[in-house]
Amino acid sequence: MPDLSINFAGIKAPNPFWLASAPPTNSGYQVMKAFDAGWGGAVWKTLGVPVVNVSSRYGGVNYRDKRLVGFNNIELISDRPLADNLREIEEVKKRFPNHAVIASLMVQSRQEWHDIVRQSQDAGADGFELNFGCPHGMCERGMGSAVGQEPKVLQMIVEWVMEVATKPVIVKLTPNISDITEPALAARRAGANAISLINTIQSIVGVDLDRFAPYPVVDGKGTNGGYCGPAVKPIALNMVKNCAQHPGIKLPISGIGGIENWRDAVEHILLGASSVQVCTAAMHFGFGIIREMAAGLTQYMTDKGFQTIDDMVGRALPNVLHWEDLNMKYKVTANIHAEKCIGCQLCYTACEDGAHQAIRLNAGTRVPEIIEENCVGCNLCSLVCPVEECITMERTDDGTQRLTWKERTAAGTIPTEFNDERAGGRHHWVPAPAAALGKERHKTLPGKARLISGETQVPVTGE
Amino acid sequence: MAEFSTPTTEQQFAENFAQLKPLMNRTEALYESSRCLFCFDAPCIQACPSGIDIPQFIRQINSGNDTGAARTIYEANYFGNACGKVCPTEVLCEGACVYNLQEVKPIEIGRLQSFATTKVIKSGEKLFGPGVANGKSVAVIGAGPAGISAACELRVLGYAVDVFEAKAQPSGLTVYGVAPYKITNEETLAEMAYLQAQFGYATHFNSPINSRAELAALENKYDAIFLGIGLGSTNVLGLPGDGKINCLGAVEFIAELRQHHHAIKVGRRVVVLGGGNTAMDAASESARMGAENVVMAYRRGNAEMGAYAFEYDLAKSVGVKGLFNVSPVAILGDGYVTGVRFVRTATAGDRVHEVAGSEFVEPCDMVIMATGQAKKTGFLELIPGLQLDGKGRIVADAQTGQTTNPKYFASGDARNGGAEVVNATAEAKVAARGIHAYLSK
Repeated sequence: MPDLSINFAGIKAPNPFWLASAPPTNSGYQVMKAFDAGWGGAVWKTLGVPVVNVSSRYGGVNYRDKRLVGFNNIELISDRPLADNLREIEEVKKRFPNHAVIASLMVQSRQEWHDIVRQSQDAGADGFELNFGCPHGMCERGMGSAVGQEPKVLQMIVEWVMEVATKPVIVKLTPNISDITEPALAARRAGANAISLINTIQSIVGVDLDRFAPYPVVDGKGTNGGYCGPAVKPIALNMVKNCAQHPGIKLPISGIGGIENWRDAVEHILLGASSVQVCTAAMHFGFGIIREMAAGLTQYMTDKGFQTIDDMVGRALPNVLHWEDLNMKYKVTANIHAEKCIGCQLCYTACEDGAHQAIRLNAGTRVPEIIEENCVGCNLCSLVCPVEECITMERTDDGTQRLTWKERTAAGTIPTEFNDERAGGRHHWVPAPAAALGKERHKTLPGKARLISGETQVPVTGE
Repeated sequence: MAEFSTPTTEQQFAENFAQLKPLMNRTEALYESSRCLFCFDAPCIQACPSGIDIPQFIRQINSGNDTGAARTIYEANYFGNACGKVCPTEVLCEGACVYNLQEVKPIEIGRLQSFATTKVIKSGEKLFGPGVANGKSVAVIGAGPAGISAACELRVLGYAVDVFEAKAQPSGLTVYGVAPYKITNEETLAEMAYLQAQFGYATHFNSPINSRAELAALENKYDAIFLGIGLGSTNVLGLPGDGKINCLGAVEFIAELRQHHHAIKVGRRVVVLGGGNTAMDAASESARMGAENVVMAYRRGNAEMGAYAFEYDLAKSVGVKGLFNVSPVAILGDGYVTGVRFVRTATAGDRVHEVAGSEFVEPCDMVIMATGQAKKTGFLELIPGLQLDGKGRIVADAQTGQTTNPKYFASGDARNGGAEVVNATAEAKVAARGIHAYLSK
């Protein structure tokens, strides 16, 4: 049985699943309920000078029938008095001494930082997370992402905190910046013990088409919010990787962004996170999702032979390279397994219109055919195919050769002129432009178009 | 054994004849439309006789443009709502859905179609209107799927249109012949009212055209005449005893049922003669009307029935029993039907022959003959120069619907011998354009 417990920068927890600082950690009631359900830790809803929130705070992005593939909020930090929060932190820690309770903090002056760190320590918090990420409301007051976007300011504030902190300090980073490693390095320089990322992404999740206002609508108006949920995972994974690979950072990372099931968590861990934080999924489905996450992680670790979380942390990092270091001799070609094909022809139209015209249709069958000499191995057909394992990408090089862009650059074999013979697509067949005209009109304009063009053949079905 | 008790109120009738394809709500439509793969050159479109751009309207439903979805449907098929409910989608669009090949439930295209069209019918939102009047006029005989579709298309093309219908209501078999669990009278008539309000053709109900004189009057008054007359009454087998009380034709039985619901009486033990889709309907309907024993007798084997497999499954699901390789010899009884004398048959090659000495009696108190509908040859003979084929079907040009009398055009059952609503509506649209081409010369 693998051991899920972690020691994250000195903060111990029975498992790596923490609730992120957000509405689910607004009160002792919620945090206790979460720990009861099986969560390993909780980063308390950000403490500071209490705020006043607006009504109508969240907006969602739905994809077809799937709700909240993206989510945003315009809620601010805790609106509860500090004393109430601290009293409840103390109560939670008494009942759950082995669970991680981390105080998320956001204030302005050095004195305020000192005061709130000391008071949180006294309440029994296991560590701190400095909220330099909130991209709405608080940043307009010079806090949150306003700090996270200014490495020098960030460093100064972290230094203030380190002056009094006796518990580990995590700096939470905003993704609303072009290079995430800059604030991470600033945190490192200031002596922070860990970083967590990503906070939410500045966003407008949608526009009300009748009221002409962005969601969430507040009395006919709206504002940008912070984006999170499953849709942001790819952005989060890339930023986690960037920080984990940077030789100058070398801090434990708490991965946040789009984690809803064990797979998402494992991905964050394989790219360098040693704890993970969850918010949207808990807001959508409740604390009970922890059972699937913990069970899935345990099964995965068992299957892979990992004893501890540390065994897995960063295992994918050696395989994340710069583009220039990828092997350009590697070649895959699409292969359609005709016996599995259901004839939707999505691969055909995707390749025809969106890629390299490397799939053809043949009379008398709905199963498309790959034109191997045109296939560049882009994967698009296999991605749009609705049938599992129907289109596979098969390796066609013999695996003995390796050549990277970097090596080609060094060797002087890269294209350098506008009409260079060495251009990758120089000898790749493309159809004559005018061959496109009318080619699929009868197929892409069906129904009415067929009728009007006089091509209708009305089938008669017997008697 | 009866699964159903005899309905005595409209509510009980509605329960016994619950809609096979009930109206979706917005949520179900969203879920179902989300499943669509949006195939390229989609097989469902190819399978639709009226060529509705199905992935397009499903996309429109999915993106919240239900009105646009209805427009897409009606652009291709004026009986868009009815077809969603009465089409044999299992063998057309839904049967062609690629999900079938993955052993996944196909998209419920028919119900999605009804969802979008019901919405505009209920709101009355105007999607279409007549074209600019061209000063010409066309008479349409028959207000069934063919006639009404032709009328709509002709109005779009600018013709004044008068529709003459022998019965009291429009839509033909959709309201007089389709099984009540496929579509309700209200739904059918609502679509008819919706179409008429938009296209503005004139209708003349209870106005049968029966004589040469009436035809001559139409020929004088109108530039062209469209025949959407459908088929006639049930074929007479000429069985001894078929005049007995409670021995009736399926078409007549179903028409009565559609119009009078629980007010009609069905026997306790019913024998249905035939193996086509109408036989299935009559048998299912008898069972749903509370008949205790419904036997469907067919002269060949199970696999040779003309009915769609899903229709037979439906009949079996309400307790209908198939009796195969039997041929009726006589209807028995003294005034009222008391049974049917059958002889067993065997098939040698393609031929059915009776097995000597195998006669038996199936007792019953009602016989429904679903033995096909007669062609209206007597009427058609009144039209000079109008050619019929060997089966009594109107001969017409495939591209224009023009008959051998150039002033007459035809579509629907009278021309194709008896097919689906969707065939009639699609053919009629083409014929209307044929009329336009003819009169534009």
